[in-house]
Amino acid sequence: MIEFRSVTKTYPDGTHAVDDFSLVVPAHTTTVLVGSSGSGKTTLLRMINRMVEPTSGTIEIDGESIAERDPVRLRRSIGYVLQNGGLLPHHRVVDNVATVLRLEGTPKQQARDRAMEVLDVVGLDRSLATRYPSQLSGGQQQRVGVARALAADPNILLMDEPFGAVDPIVRAELQTETLRLQQELHKTVVFVTHDIDEAFLLGDQVVILETGAQVAQIGSPSEIIENPASEFVASFIGTERGARALRTKETGHGTVLVDATGRTQGRLVGDDDEGTA
Amino acid sequence: MDLFADAIAWIFSPEAQSGSLPLSEAIWTHLAFTFVSVLIAAAVAVPAGWLVGHTGRGREAAVALSGAARAVPSFGLVLLLVLVFGVTHKVGASTTAFVLLAIPPILAGAYSGVEAVERRVVDGARAVGMTSRQVLGKVEIPLGLPLLIGGLRSATLQVVATVTLAGYVGSWGLGFYIVQGIQIRDFAQILGAALVIVVLAVVLDLLFALLERAVVPHGVAARRSAD
Repeated sequence: MIEFRSVTKTYPDGTHAVDDFSLVVPAHTTTVLVGSSGSGKTTLLRMINRMVEPTSGTIEIDGESIAERDPVRLRRSIGYVLQNGGLLPHHRVVDNVATVLRLEGTPKQQARDRAMEVLDVVGLDRSLATRYPSQLSGGQQQRVGVARALAADPNILLMDEPFGAVDPIVRAELQTETLRLQQELHKTVVFVTHDIDEAFLLGDQVVILETGAQVAQIGSPSEIIENPASEFVASFIGTERGARALRTKETGHGTVLVDATGRTQGRLVGDDDEGTA
Repeated sequence: MDLFADAIAWIFSPEAQSGSLPLSEAIWTHLAFTFVSVLIAAAVAVPAGWLVGHTGRGREAAVALSGAARAVPSFGLVLLLVLVFGVTHKVGASTTAFVLLAIPPILAGAYSGVEAVERRVVDGARAVGMTSRQVLGKVEIPLGLPLLIGGLRSATLQVVATVTLAGYVGSWGLGFYIVQGIQIRDFAQILGAALVIVVLAVVLDLLFALLERAVVPHGVAARRSAD
């Protein structure tokens, strides 16, 4: 469990990136911080592994304040997936994945064996292990980034807009893969994105942020869609438009769901229809 | 063209090989001055440059220093230091001048190499738990090596040319033949010595060019060839 208590981050130039933010991130679930740029979501994420130090307030992991912990040891105990991978360009894939293990003193061969196993876990072919990051596609690099974060088997996984730079098809693939991994591994995941659909797809708990990391609403995707807490949330998640504002329409082939512009978005299926749907 | 023929003839003539200063000895002294000066300069400038690049501290001073040093007249510096050190310390004075001239390009190569590493790579290295020292040693230095070698390359070229001036203050190096040649109006000797210096410079430049290519890290080279 990760807990933010009245966390504030003020930069020397006076901007309040985060203003009195409190949140409980339950263990073994995925919490998504979502907001537009300037909402401080990445700052919040980077506070968890002390890449950013809060100006005031405390962050606790399992009841222990991280301010007491050595930042380097803390970072090694937390998996971190960056946008664009952030891989070491001069190290082969296998050595990138083994980075944390090697830093922690695991013998080279053992670290590489483990790295190979993790490549299997994230669905990368072992033949890619000897390549350099620049020889991989964006989606493959992102998988290597996830593998690197998982190699030391951390309890916590931080993901900073990890799929922001890949094309929509690969993104959908990586999102599905993330859901599958989480079903197997049950990590405590904190995921940052500006894409509300991604947030609703991956999050058990979704935190919608306004400027200065003001919490607009916290809840499960269903709770938020069913009962947006404010105008801001309603417009941010788009309840008035697109595929989240649907009406039923009777057609000769049964009831369908249409959006505001009258386009059919789906078909209304009864419980007994499921087998044939 | 006669002058060139004479100059080349002088290079291979018996008096150049066994005069008061044999050519081979002058070449060795010239190279020794160059390498010792560049090595001393590197011992100072490389760690300093890495530190500036890594911490970002003292960057303005480093930029100003490497910029201003370009304007320093090398001949003036050599003569000034001989006067300051005293005529009995000509070797020390000249070497100091060469070291001072070699420091700025090496410093610039070292810090710009570290600075040129993509911020997200450094950020990623820190975020997975590398100490500051590990980030420098495992990421910034290896990735910045080509630019550092580039700095050493321009320092070496500058010094190998400037060591010629040592001929004015002492009877060493290939500059000696030029100074002596002007006095005795032996143009073949002047041009011959100048040609040898040119050959040294070109050969050194070539060696550094090869080295520069050799130190490009594998993964980075792979991307270049793919582009």
